[in-house]
Amino acid sequence: MNISMLLDMAAEGFGDRIVIGRTDDGLTAPRLRELAVGGAHLVREADADAIVYLAVNGPALPVALFAAAHAGVPLIPVNYRLGEAQLDALLANHPRALGIADPEHGEALCRAGLAVRSPEEWLQQAAKATAPSPGDDEPTQEPSDSPAVLIYTSGTTSTPKGVVLRHHNLVSYVLGTVEFAGADPDEAALVSVPPYHIAAVSNILTNLYAGRRALSLDQFTPESWLDLVRQQGVTNAMVVPTMLARIMDTDGLDRSVPSLRALAYGGARMPVRVIETALRTWPHIDFVNAYGLTETSSTITILGPQEHRTAVASEDPAVRARLGSAGLPVPGVELEVRDAYGAVAAPGETGQIWVRGEQVSGEYAGQGSAVDERGFFHTRDQGRVDADGYLHIEGRADDTIIRGAENIAPAEIEDVLLLHPDVLDAVVVGVPDEEWGQRIEAVVVVRDGAEIDAGDLRAQVRGTLRGSKTPERITRWPELPRTPTGKLVRRDIVEALTADRRTAVRPVGRQG
Amino acid sequence: MRPRVGQMLASTVDTTAVVVVRCPDSELDITCGGAAMTEANGPGPAATGTADPDQMGGSLLGKRYADEDLGLELLCTKPGQGTLALNGVPLPLKSAKPLPASD
Repeated sequence: MNISMLLDMAAEGFGDRIVIGRTDDGLTAPRLRELAVGGAHLVREADADAIVYLAVNGPALPVALFAAAHAGVPLIPVNYRLGEAQLDALLANHPRALGIADPEHGEALCRAGLAVRSPEEWLQQAAKATAPSPGDDEPTQEPSDSPAVLIYTSGTTSTPKGVVLRHHNLVSYVLGTVEFAGADPDEAALVSVPPYHIAAVSNILTNLYAGRRALSLDQFTPESWLDLVRQQGVTNAMVVPTMLARIMDTDGLDRSVPSLRALAYGGARMPVRVIETALRTWPHIDFVNAYGLTETSSTITILGPQEHRTAVASEDPAVRARLGSAGLPVPGVELEVRDAYGAVAAPGETGQIWVRGEQVSGEYAGQGSAVDERGFFHTRDQGRVDADGYLHIEGRADDTIIRGAENIAPAEIEDVLLLHPDVLDAVVVGVPDEEWGQRIEAVVVVRDGAEIDAGDLRAQVRGTLRGSKTPERITRWPELPRTPTGKLVRRDIVEALTADRRTAVRPVGRQG
Repeated sequence: MRPRVGQMLASTVDTTAVVVVRCPDSELDITCGGAAMTEANGPGPAATGTADPDQMGGSLLGKRYADEDLGLELLCTKPGQGTLALNGVPLPLKSAKPLPASD
């Protein structure tokens, strides 16, 4: 099973329907297939062993994805926001790649010795090569276990690793979660994550297979997102939590989105305040929380629209808590929460999350498979499964604070801080401490114009959790360091707080 | 034949093609239009069979045909006029399970 098969089916089934881009100048599935065949010809001509894509999202991306598949090489979407040294180190792994880069990022490819073409040039060249020599129309007969995509992890906790997603992983994901032609002909999906995010890749496949036109927004702002939704009649959209927070929190926006029917979110933890605001602002919209990793070919659990509505309307604390949950596993995915001894944890008990399924790759370039003998992959996320099977994520295992001998998950403290109506963002980290090993510190972003007393905030945590989980210091920053895909860069926060200790910049207050 | 997951099968009497999504580890007689299906893109010229006029009910693009008891599931990747059958019995259409779009 190769992802080319999905494109062939779309080309056969959707005819004149625009599946990529704007209604006036977008691509039909047969045209996408022609361009992919042309692009594959370019790959073979260059004797390339991969396509490196160092550009923003746009029609060139799906053409590159399917051209790579057709030629039997992987697509490697690279984070164009990486620093020079990191980018060079990463590109050095792919000296024989065919390169596509935006003009402002082309230099990195040149330094790596790769020829550069812009996304526009790539599309033009692929269009010219669509009538190549006989035989080119047939895809390279690759076994279904060859790599389709190589995505480098964001590297917020360690050096970026190349995650290998093979054709059978991606095809299994699509077949397991999407019904062919399941979308109405007028449906359009808007993707706001960059190409190097797994959701950008999975979106191309799932929307195409469903027959849903896919649009992308390369530079997210709340205004441009709302404008595009209205102008293109977007019905489905996917955002990361920080994007939804900005759409909900920015003053003076026209937030009317009459065409929008469904909004999926994922990629980081969603503050309950933000999702509650969104549910109130857009009662007609179906919200979907999707949890997944690059290593799992995107979504592995889903909290669906009805579950959102039931949770927000419920008086039962257990049902209401589901608003913060990641939902239930998708078909074909098995999930286990394991305790510190490797045994499967009881419902409600916190442990580390392991998953198994055809869509789960768990494989890193040059390192092989990281799954255990039973085929389970360790997500390194902590969480618990409640009595009804709903998964609650409690953050990365690597983020756990060890204060004295006590393991403390920052997430539960962050949740309490975020309950304060004027706290827009919050992070809790462990800062090196001579006495405790690590001490708990928090940084909060406060609503403009609001004043917050740190003592009250600390009392709020102490009242909800307990003394040993109360941040020793709460600092106020104008914003938190997050990647453009919404992930917190805790390392930078710890560094800044450690330095801050010595210079004492802007603490909101500290009590012993 | 002994099918395997991911295998592409082609009809010998019409345009129908399927991919094996799920299958048991056993010998199965998978037919389309009454004639045995063969591995798609296999070596040599495509085989041609004789259609059974009583087994020309058609197959639909993107639909799944499954025998839940035996654990066989086929996904139709190219439609045609032939009826997909397992061990002489037409394979029923599998009903779609609604799942919200998540990405």
